[in-house]
Amino acid sequence: MSEVLINVDHIVKRYDNNTVLNDLSLQVHKGEVLVVVGPSGCGKSTLLRTMNGLEPIQDGQITYRDKKVDAKNKDITEIRQKVGMVFQSYELFPHMSILDNITLSPILVQKKERKEAEKEAEDLLRRVGLIDKKDAYPRQLSGGQKQRVAIVRALAMHPEVLLFDEVTAALDPEMVREVLDVILELAKQGSTMVIVTHEMNFAKAVADRVIFLDKGNIVEEGSPFDFFEDPKTERAKKFLQTFTFDKVDKGAGI
Amino acid sequence: MQEYLPLFTKAMWLTLRIGWMGILLSIVIGLVTALIRHFNVPVLKQITGIYIELFRNTPLLVQLFFMYYGLPRLGVSISAEACGVLGLALLGGAYMAEVFRSGLESIEPIQSESALSLGMNHAQVMRHIILPQAVSTSVPAFIANIIFLLKETSVFSAISLMDLMFTAKDLIGLYYKTIESLTLLVIFYLIILLPVSIIGSIIERRMRYAGFGA
Repeated sequence: MSEVLINVDHIVKRYDNNTVLNDLSLQVHKGEVLVVVGPSGCGKSTLLRTMNGLEPIQDGQITYRDKKVDAKNKDITEIRQKVGMVFQSYELFPHMSILDNITLSPILVQKKERKEAEKEAEDLLRRVGLIDKKDAYPRQLSGGQKQRVAIVRALAMHPEVLLFDEVTAALDPEMVREVLDVILELAKQGSTMVIVTHEMNFAKAVADRVIFLDKGNIVEEGSPFDFFEDPKTERAKKFLQTFTFDKVDKGAGI
Repeated sequence: MQEYLPLFTKAMWLTLRIGWMGILLSIVIGLVTALIRHFNVPVLKQITGIYIELFRNTPLLVQLFFMYYGLPRLGVSISAEACGVLGLALLGGAYMAEVFRSGLESIEPIQSESALSLGMNHAQVMRHIILPQAVSTSVPAFIANIIFLLKETSVFSAISLMDLMFTAKDLIGLYYKTIESLTLLVIFYLIILLPVSIIGSIIERRMRYAGFGA
């Protein structure tokens, strides 16, 4: 298999006495799309947040290209430039135009020329069909548009890995597609991504590998075909059943 | 009335000078205090807590008396004008601190996290993401505070600063021109305060339309 970018090594995450991640290990390889699914509260968002040091861990360690991911270390800002993240609630900066949202970090952190940063931002906006919104403010955009901008903003830093935290969960159903299409496009280009999602059909389409998380640990892991068509564990079976409905036999219960 | 105009104009400049110097200082004190409290700096947090409660819960007049008549007994003499500036700055700082703190707290932590995950350091997040938003949500309370502090300058007369109030009282005492003096007093306070009020509402309105509310 190709080289390991992120190595999660026996990590433990506790809030007070509540263990959220329990001795969990996994690797993210270059060029792969890893999808993490599981019931709510299973720790999948927390796991994602540990991977760029937003969430401190109590035991074990996480490395990105052999550099320790730790918010207390000085090189954390360099790691975060390489491990980008997109949030469920978009988190655009409301006081800045779309263009400024995207170019702020390239200019401020990566010391790019404004002209160059803006040109690149415009190219990216064109790719996601939002070039006409470059001077708009976040509040003027729909949820789907905001999320596409948030993805562009992360891409503008040229990350090596992108973390997606339930990026369609806050969207109206008709806007989910436009966001997922952008992610599918990135997958086609060979981007490395870790995706936490509740969109099972999307997961099936985009994933190279699926991890099923429950109660803070990996319960099942496999190819999307194996996992969705032929889950091995009872817990995964039960979880996947919640996404399907049997035809209602009307009148039968009376 | 005209003959008293120069006296009032002179008093107005004094009021404005002391008032605005005190207010500028109060903004600095307020900002530093708010940041200390926001970041939970040990020891300093407790000290600023005592400071805020002490100055918000005692009248400015009492604070001025303490500084002007009390401190010299302890061997510290400061001029009336310095007392005015300092008193206003300390009182205002306590109020400004609360304004800025509530502004800082109105920004969700996840906004900082999204900035951090773009590789910014904490100082950059503060400067470019949190402060601009916090300041703009603080604007209405901030302007109300400035108006409040400018009005508080009227107690300066009690430590013999020749401000507007002092001048009016003087003229009433000397020439019994009660109505004339009081009318001029009202007019001059309006000259000082109306522009602040009007500019304040314009800023507020522009802030509201400048793209806030995600």
